[in-house]
Amino acid sequence: MGWRLAGIGEKRMSQGQSGAEQRLVTPGMAVGPSTGKRAGSGVVASNDTFIATQLGWLRELNSTVSVDPINAAYMPRSGDLIVGTVAEVRNNLWFMDINGAFQGLLPMSLAPWKVEFGAARQHMDVGDVVLARVQEVDECHNVVLTMKGVGLRRLNQGTVERLPVQHIDRIRGENNERLQRLRDACDCRIMVGENGRVWIDGSPSGIRWARKAVHMLASSGHRTDIEDLFTTLENEMKGDA
Amino acid sequence: MGGYGDVQLLRDDGLRLDGRKIDEMRPVSIEAGVLPAADGSAMVTHGLNVAVAAVYGPMEAHPRKIQRQDRAVIDVRYNMAPFSTSDRIRPGFNRRSREISKVTAEALESVVLVERYPRSKIRVEIEILAAEAGTRCVGITAAAVALADAGIPMRDLIVGVASGKVEDTVVLDLDKAEDNYGQADLPVGILPNTGEIAFLQMDGDLSPAEFELAMEYNFKAAKEIHEIMVDALRRRYEGGEA
Repeated sequence: MGWRLAGIGEKRMSQGQSGAEQRLVTPGMAVGPSTGKRAGSGVVASNDTFIATQLGWLRELNSTVSVDPINAAYMPRSGDLIVGTVAEVRNNLWFMDINGAFQGLLPMSLAPWKVEFGAARQHMDVGDVVLARVQEVDECHNVVLTMKGVGLRRLNQGTVERLPVQHIDRIRGENNERLQRLRDACDCRIMVGENGRVWIDGSPSGIRWARKAVHMLASSGHRTDIEDLFTTLENEMKGDA
Repeated sequence: MGGYGDVQLLRDDGLRLDGRKIDEMRPVSIEAGVLPAADGSAMVTHGLNVAVAAVYGPMEAHPRKIQRQDRAVIDVRYNMAPFSTSDRIRPGFNRRSREISKVTAEALESVVLVERYPRSKIRVEIEILAAEAGTRCVGITAAAVALADAGIPMRDLIVGVASGKVEDTVVLDLDKAEDNYGQADLPVGILPNTGEIAFLQMDGDLSPAEFELAMEYNFKAAKEIHEIMVDALRRRYEGGEA
């Protein structure tokens, strides 16, 4: 097995990841023995050895070995909060672009309004942006969305930023702490969708700063000096105000 | 295989016309992430061959008749640019490109974890910008790096490599003259970590012993190319971009 390759790409783990050493792994690379450990995402067990299946950083947490992928497509899961865009309208349902392999389906029975058959377009048309939740994903990856729930609604104003799905956690931070700091700094409403879409609404200068900040967090959130970078940005915003 | 026996392909000193030893590969360099608009991409330079591969998806498979309820389909388009050889190539699909697209797709399907994405399609575009024998192998290598760059889960990084026979001698990595006038060509797709073979074609005749030797050369070259592939992916992301 390719043990000799396992040492390639070693680098220091970023802040917030317990300071252990992190390794870049490529598909097919043997990443260690599987005895007494569980295989997480991006890893399969073969002959008592874990094999990486995706390009990414190796992570071991609570005896679970997984790979944090560098690039990944959004795979919807039941309960995900998403920011979607109406892609198609039928008589009794909407198809939403949710940044996944498949469009999400929002039937009129799960819309927050009482919709007459044939009147779906009067409530939402192609291009409208909504905050919705994934109701159900079946084994064939059919996605059903719902807008019944607290806070789920059509987003009539603001802007939507597109970010890599795998970097969304960097914007939220631990217990949404970083997201709250973002909201406080720019006095904007910010909703982070699991599907890599971030909705921002507020004053033009606040939106401008928030866009810059979310992109910075997504691209540099793994760096050890991210707190300093973020504080500098916050001060910049306070200086403007 | 042209099969012209009167063309001298090995020099009197035992080296090949371009000065390589019989088990020596042409120089290989790989760069990942060359196309910013693609989900994953790679450029492979192998001797005078230059191939660019772009990966898009997974996306909903269209037309719907190609959808598979239990897995993704891999849609490969291999194409040689009109300027890739000294004789201009007529643009568009031809019999050869259809065949190579098909065998490449089948090779990639055996390494990509297609069952993760039912009803989906993963689009792989392979464009040969310069050709000098062995383009299907270079295309497979480029596609593998591009798939990894796109974050597509795979069992291994498949490597395309070829050996052949010239003047009754088994040689590694045929160049244009050897491909045209040699006696046999054996392109294979190898999974270097497991030693499995995902793709194998043979043009011309090899004895069992020659076949064994050609495969030995192929496995040796696959290990070397695999390290270059891993290094290309490492270089792309080691700067802290991820």
